[in-house]
Amino acid sequence: MDTIAPSNPNHDGNLITAEGISKTYQQPDHAGRLVLDHIDFTLKEGEIVAILGKSGSGKSTFLRVVAGLTPPTEGTVTYRGQPVYRPAQGIAMVFQSFALFPWLTVLGNVELGLEALGVPREERRQRAIAAIDLIGLDGFESAYPKELSGGMRQRVGFARALVVNPDILLLDEPFSALDVLTAETLRGDILDLWLERRVPTKGIIFVSHNIEEAVDIADRIIVFGSDPGCIQAEIQISLPHQRDWTSPAFRRIVDEVYTLLTTVRGREAGRRGSRADTLSLQYRLPDASIQQLVGLLEVLTVDPFNGRADLPHLADSEHLTTDDLVVLAEALQLLGFAQVGGGDIEITVVGRSFADADMLRRKQIFAEQLMRNIGFIAHIRRVLDERPGHAAPEARFLGELEDHLSEEEAGRVLETVINWGRYAELFAYDYDRGVLSLENP
Amino acid sequence: MQQRWGLPIVAWPSRLRPSFWDGIALPLVIGLIMLIAWASQQMSVPFQPGQSLEISLDPMELPAYALRTVLRMVAALGASLVFSLGYAAIAAKSKRAEKLLIPILDILQSVPILGFLSITVTGFIALFPGSLLGYECAAIFAIFTSQAWNMTFSLYQSFIAVPHDLREASRMLHLSPWQSFWRLEVPFALPQLTWNMMMSVSGGWFFVVASEAISVNNNQVLLPGIGSYISVAIDHRDLWAVGYAIIAMLVLILIYDQLLFRPLLAWGQRFKFEELGEEEIETPWFLMMIQRARFFHLMGLGVEASARWVSRASSRLPRPTRRPQAAPRHRALADGIWSGFLVLLALGALVEIADFVRAEVGWSEVLHVVLLGLLTLVRVVVLIALAALVWVPIGIWIGLRPRVARRVQPIIQFLAAFPANLFFPVVVSAIVVYHLNPEIWLSPLMILGTQWYILFNVIAGTMALPTDYQLVAGNLGVRNILWWRRLALPGIFPAFVTGAVTASGGSWNAAIVAEVAKWGDTTLQATGIGSYIAAMTEAGDFPRIALGVTVLALYVLLVNRLLWRRLYNLAEERLRLD
Repeated sequence: MDTIAPSNPNHDGNLITAEGISKTYQQPDHAGRLVLDHIDFTLKEGEIVAILGKSGSGKSTFLRVVAGLTPPTEGTVTYRGQPVYRPAQGIAMVFQSFALFPWLTVLGNVELGLEALGVPREERRQRAIAAIDLIGLDGFESAYPKELSGGMRQRVGFARALVVNPDILLLDEPFSALDVLTAETLRGDILDLWLERRVPTKGIIFVSHNIEEAVDIADRIIVFGSDPGCIQAEIQISLPHQRDWTSPAFRRIVDEVYTLLTTVRGREAGRRGSRADTLSLQYRLPDASIQQLVGLLEVLTVDPFNGRADLPHLADSEHLTTDDLVVLAEALQLLGFAQVGGGDIEITVVGRSFADADMLRRKQIFAEQLMRNIGFIAHIRRVLDERPGHAAPEARFLGELEDHLSEEEAGRVLETVINWGRYAELFAYDYDRGVLSLENP
Repeated sequence: MQQRWGLPIVAWPSRLRPSFWDGIALPLVIGLIMLIAWASQQMSVPFQPGQSLEISLDPMELPAYALRTVLRMVAALGASLVFSLGYAAIAAKSKRAEKLLIPILDILQSVPILGFLSITVTGFIALFPGSLLGYECAAIFAIFTSQAWNMTFSLYQSFIAVPHDLREASRMLHLSPWQSFWRLEVPFALPQLTWNMMMSVSGGWFFVVASEAISVNNNQVLLPGIGSYISVAIDHRDLWAVGYAIIAMLVLILIYDQLLFRPLLAWGQRFKFEELGEEEIETPWFLMMIQRARFFHLMGLGVEASARWVSRASSRLPRPTRRPQAAPRHRALADGIWSGFLVLLALGALVEIADFVRAEVGWSEVLHVVLLGLLTLVRVVVLIALAALVWVPIGIWIGLRPRVARRVQPIIQFLAAFPANLFFPVVVSAIVVYHLNPEIWLSPLMILGTQWYILFNVIAGTMALPTDYQLVAGNLGVRNILWWRRLALPGIFPAFVTGAVTASGGSWNAAIVAEVAKWGDTTLQATGIGSYIAAMTEAGDFPRIALGVTVLALYVLLVNRLLWRRLYNLAEERLRLD
């Protein structure tokens, strides 16, 4: 691996080949945390591949490995037969946050990449202006990014990527910071450029969190599972482009992906049994807010859903993003309030009784479900019960979480645990002292 | 720099035709070049120790003195800029260097600035024997120390805060490290840096004035400048001359404000990263001239062309291929060895210091100096508390009235920039005339120039309080003491802490000048570590200067760690408004 492999002519028409990619992040205490687990992936010429997955499934990390921004711990990425150790020429990227340089004008931003490649001034200007025209930004050359709307900014992001005539385009949730209407227009424009072959790009890898968006433009969808990130499923989409979002074939694929994303898999739900198991499973609690959980249960019980809803339909009618809905559905399943299958979510008996109860009774049901289903919360309660002062510092539980999760993730999970526990009145929490206790606040 | 800063990217078709602004710009620039040439020639005239430079009290000489003072300031600022760019870049890029460089910076920041002058002057004189340049360098170095650490910290903090996605974008665009330094990191750091630079320069006037009169081994060298003018005026008990100097300084700061402060701040706006706050800052006339005059445009083109050449050369350099990194275990081992090395180095230095103290000064002297430090500490604490009592209510009152605030703010900024040491003789003559106790009445001098930071920050903090809070308080009938306790004081606390940290740091620094004061042949002295350092400097007792400076630095470090940092964290954690 220390020598650069000679150009390999028979790379089987594969633009990108990733073999056995694993990524471990080093923790401060030197324990490694696995975020990507043996991923094999290829991008063929003329293909758009979408990568979907829950937050925390490592899909963005994987894209960065392919881009050469992050080295994998194990495995290799090759681009046209050449190993990728650093950003390779011919691969361009578009960022979720646009990542424009605020002190450069639109033209300056687009020219920057050419400048770095040493393209002469006149040619640089010509090519930049051509790219700006292509993406529909003519007239804005001298504007600064802060003068532009989100959609316009992302157009600059695309122009900047396309101006170097990239072979491969990597898109990291390029539309998710935009409102629905803007995202749709921009997506359509980009797809047109691709379909009409007005850009020399040979392949696109596209990380998304919007299922319909992915089904709309991808030739292939890869669904990432989490903890650690791995390829959970692969779906080939052979529908012709200009796809009809309402057609049964389209809806079927959307439902399929929804099911894959929202089902709490055996691997995560775990076998319930020994104490060690109840402690270790479900460490990564979805950070669903109580208000939203309650709201969603209430909506599910009444007309038009009456206890059962099609997930995409539910997302639409409640104005939830896919990410939000995935998190909520996961939480409802963990708590035993609902079940997910076949792209549908169905409320359980407990869920219904919760929705029907008054505020006090709801808290009781919620507490029972927490104690029954969330091992870590039951564990906290047990510790507090056993301690003479019925109090324990949060640092103790944070430490337990950090054995399994990254520091950031552990903090997030503890926050969710405290929120849920407080709502259920299982324990109290003093922010100033950082102490969990059984006192009434 | 890389880009022709301040000029729009799109070229103007008629850019070579002179404009109205050229009529103003050209004479200004040519005049400036001639003045600089003259003054820098004066800086390196032959000079032997013992020789005395005549400082005339004729007010007609003042403009020339002022120019020399300004030139020292500019030289120091330039040096600070270069130093901070290099130091911060290394600290931000290398984890191992960071471990050493940042604590060093933290300590350097606590060393009293005039202490640097006392310690380094002999070295600088040896560097340029037989020339005034050695003394000039020492003075410039003292001013440099009042600006560089601050600017370096600001740059370092900005460098490590560069948004991750922009870093990734610049890597995906294949910018060379040199290119991404100038196109990404420096522009990102600019708004914070310009602000910091301006504040540093404001503080620097104090030291430029104080550092012009240099004592080496019992003889005083007066470098031509406003500071020396003042010190001669004091020797001659000439209140008129003191007045002239104050007026000259006033004019100097006004010019600095117009030519540097305002244009730089307005120009720095463009590099602001946040997109909110469409505050339109009026374009200052000087910036407008730079942007409009074709002459500057042409100069900009020249700079740009050479910068582009360097940049292109840098992108042709072979870049290291990213290889799979060394195994984590090896890296951990190397880190361990490096840390061990640093610890050994520190232990060695400690042994050396203990040896030095035993041989040169003795432990009882150390104890004595520590006690003196305690006295100065009491002064600083009492003064900050008093200043807070006075300025917090006034600041809140002003902050609640935006119209008053807008008028008062430039005045306070100005007061903060004005070197308070110019007023010392006035105060001292008052103490002498009224037979006041110097132990008490010299103390306020320490905070004369630094109290404004408290007021300034409290006003800004009050103005930043969302009006909603005030409306809610009004709606709930929260009034009087409750209003102060529940709304005003917690609301401005973070801003107050920032102001008080600056004020206290400045006061420690001022102690060296403020605890000893002269008026003609009357010398007033307050007991404290500042007057100790001043006395030892006069006597040329190097080991004791070092001892005094070290103990003072330790006090500053300790107070920062034990008090200010804690308050700062508390403010960050609990009382932030978002």
